[in-house]
Amino acid sequence: MLLLAACGSDDSSADDELLADAVSTYADGVHASYSASLVSATAMDGAIDEFIADPTDATLAAAKDAWLAARDDYGPTEAFRFYNGPIDNEEDGPEGLINAWPMDEAYVDYVEGDPASGIINDPDAFPTIDAALLTETNEAGGETNISTGWHAVEFLLWGQDLSADGPGQRPVSDYVDAANADRRATYLAEASDLLLVHLGGLVDAWDPSGDGNYYDTFTEADPAESMTKIITGIGELSRGELAGERMNVAYAARSQEDEHSCFSDNTHNDIIANAVGIQRVLLADYPGDVEGPGVIEVLSGVDSDLADQLEAEVAASVAAVEAIPAPFDQHLRDGVADSDPGRVAILSGIVALEDQTPTIVAAAEALGLSINVT
Amino acid sequence: MKNRVALFSAVVAVVAVASCGSDDTAIVDPLLGGDTTRDIAGSNAFGFPAPTLTNEERRVFEIGDSFFTQNWVTAPASTDARDGLGPMFNAQACSSCHLRDGRGIPASTGDGDLGLLLRLSIPGTNDVGGPNPHPVYGDQLQDRAIVGVPAEGELVISYAEQPGSFADGTAYSLRVPTYSIDAPAFGELGDDIMISPRLAPQMIGMGLLEAIPEGRVLANADPDDSDSDGVSGRANMVWNPATETIELGRFGWKANAPTVQAQAAGAFNGDMGITSSLHPDESCTDTQTDCAAAPGGGTDGEPEVPDDRLGSVTFYTRTLAVPAARNTDDSDVRRGAELFAEMGCASCHIDTFTTGPLDDVGIEALSEQTIHPYTDLLLHDMGPDLADNRPDFEATGSEWRTPPLWGLGLIDDVNSERLLLHDGRARTIEEAILWHGGEAEAAMGAFRTANADTRSTLIAFLEAL
Repeated sequence: MLLLAACGSDDSSADDELLADAVSTYADGVHASYSASLVSATAMDGAIDEFIADPTDATLAAAKDAWLAARDDYGPTEAFRFYNGPIDNEEDGPEGLINAWPMDEAYVDYVEGDPASGIINDPDAFPTIDAALLTETNEAGGETNISTGWHAVEFLLWGQDLSADGPGQRPVSDYVDAANADRRATYLAEASDLLLVHLGGLVDAWDPSGDGNYYDTFTEADPAESMTKIITGIGELSRGELAGERMNVAYAARSQEDEHSCFSDNTHNDIIANAVGIQRVLLADYPGDVEGPGVIEVLSGVDSDLADQLEAEVAASVAAVEAIPAPFDQHLRDGVADSDPGRVAILSGIVALEDQTPTIVAAAEALGLSINVT
Repeated sequence: MKNRVALFSAVVAVVAVASCGSDDTAIVDPLLGGDTTRDIAGSNAFGFPAPTLTNEERRVFEIGDSFFTQNWVTAPASTDARDGLGPMFNAQACSSCHLRDGRGIPASTGDGDLGLLLRLSIPGTNDVGGPNPHPVYGDQLQDRAIVGVPAEGELVISYAEQPGSFADGTAYSLRVPTYSIDAPAFGELGDDIMISPRLAPQMIGMGLLEAIPEGRVLANADPDDSDSDGVSGRANMVWNPATETIELGRFGWKANAPTVQAQAAGAFNGDMGITSSLHPDESCTDTQTDCAAAPGGGTDGEPEVPDDRLGSVTFYTRTLAVPAARNTDDSDVRRGAELFAEMGCASCHIDTFTTGPLDDVGIEALSEQTIHPYTDLLLHDMGPDLADNRPDFEATGSEWRTPPLWGLGLIDDVNSERLLLHDGRARTIEEAILWHGGEAEAAMGAFRTANADTRSTLIAFLEAL
């Protein structure tokens, strides 16, 4: 598979016009997906502003609900990563600012046993909490020093998950009369605003009506090159990222800190949203009114059996992860046997995602493309 | 040097698989890591698993990746799988110095970059024949510590330029480093202190090097230079804390670690302050009472990194894929491979080995592989200019282990900088070659006296690795 004796020409038999159509459909779909994410994140930001203005149990619950709803729209966009595109290019991709995890909570706010920890509780070192501070401290000194993004907001809404069977229980008083309540509120508001800025940047990068943006670059490039990126993104998300880092590490190490949304107990939905993101790319099934061919349709013209196999395997992996009982962290506790239904379900999900990955690689090869996935 | 003829023919490596045309120059095998090779470049070129792992093996790799990449934090913490940092340390994660599984960048304490540390010792040896640690500072300067515990001091690097010129008159300048320790927390280190700077190397291919049967390494040793070629090649024989025996050293700049596991456990303990079954005690000396009194991160009597997780990190390190050589059909690259042999580089940077059988190696993907690491894993006297003057088991103060050259052309892709040799003093491949002295003096001289075209042809080959 690695022997690339490049003698003779490369005859991809994919229909060139169909391939180009699938590439522009994908680009439209990416734009539609980030747009949907920005809409629900903006609703979350509004709910957070209302909570900060009037911190009550009801406004906190509304802000949490809005966060959960917004996650469902962001999750599928993770299929657009892993090829140096706008989300995670080396120079200025905001992925690390948007969705980095796991976080060392004590870097941001107090934790059990250390009431004075974190940026929020250190006005001497960090007199002003603003977007610039959050951006410059994110991942400063190490990958778990997360100060921005979904999981920083999540931590500030839920707090540490110390309960046996539910999510974190941060008290409203943290935003009323607790130490540094005002700084905490400022941090939450700034982190939420910053998330909108970064999502907005992604919407702009993929805007079909933009001029000279990444959408143009992507749709004007050799369609084979862009299709290589498309398939690399779903291939890497499928196995290395989702089955591997997000599911298997938490499953095998039984460490709650390795589950994706550990404060809110939303990990099961994050996993589903990622798996669905892969399926959407294959079927060109995007939010809004995007119409056009997906990867499966292009592949069908070259190898219809392989296309059918891939479509079936991806449907099976989505079903497998949907079957994982919530909350995810209950299956990570010491003493829960591997034969426990929850752990069986997680492993089935991992295996389904692993199994579909060689098929994704084979799909690329059938289209005359070569991809590297973990 | 034994087997000279056989080695020479191996350098002109006849591996005909990937060639289409034919000409008279050397054929360079792109599959540097055998079947573990990946055709990949770019910033993540060193971070992929061998493609031949099974799903079950890949899961172990992923866990190792997680514990390699993410920060350790001060104990106690709610992130309890990764607490126990320090009390004194150099870095919070393996990936702090091996960023994206790549190479470290030398920097003074507090300068932001990480990747270089100082080993310390005084004359004599410890009870297993290794360096004799400083009675107060131990065997490594730990320039960071958790809150409430003093760090040992600050590493300060300064450089002076030393001009020189190629035989054709073209000027170059070498960067001569000076290392010092500022603000020593426990008093002066004394006149007999010996300091050795060590840069974090790229992580690829380590399991393959471990899988070379010992006899195939020792076959190239010529400790007394009985063939009078000016090149000796000595095996370092070092302590393995797992087996508690003396074994062939393979890893580290002086080959002072026998296995990937020993190397990893040593780095956990010395560089991050993480205990393991191989190193159950924090590296605090008797003088360092705050260090000794700080809480540890192990639970239920386990060390901070339990055996299963140390095993995962070790597996991860063993199975990182080697990137394929690039442009191997390019005529300069092929001619450069011949020059590499003709100039004598290949006497130590041996190009081809075959790894051992599955029964010995333990991982199918690593067994029975024909690999091209460009190292003999042996110690060579590299002359006074590179000497650290600090013995390390059998290695003298002027001997270094031949480093593997695979991945050389991709370090800049991964780390945005490429600083070479044991302490990163060389800013280019040319500078690294020009620093070679001692047993490598003749090979260096062949490069220094070659014309510009010849030099760039050799570099083209090295850049392709």
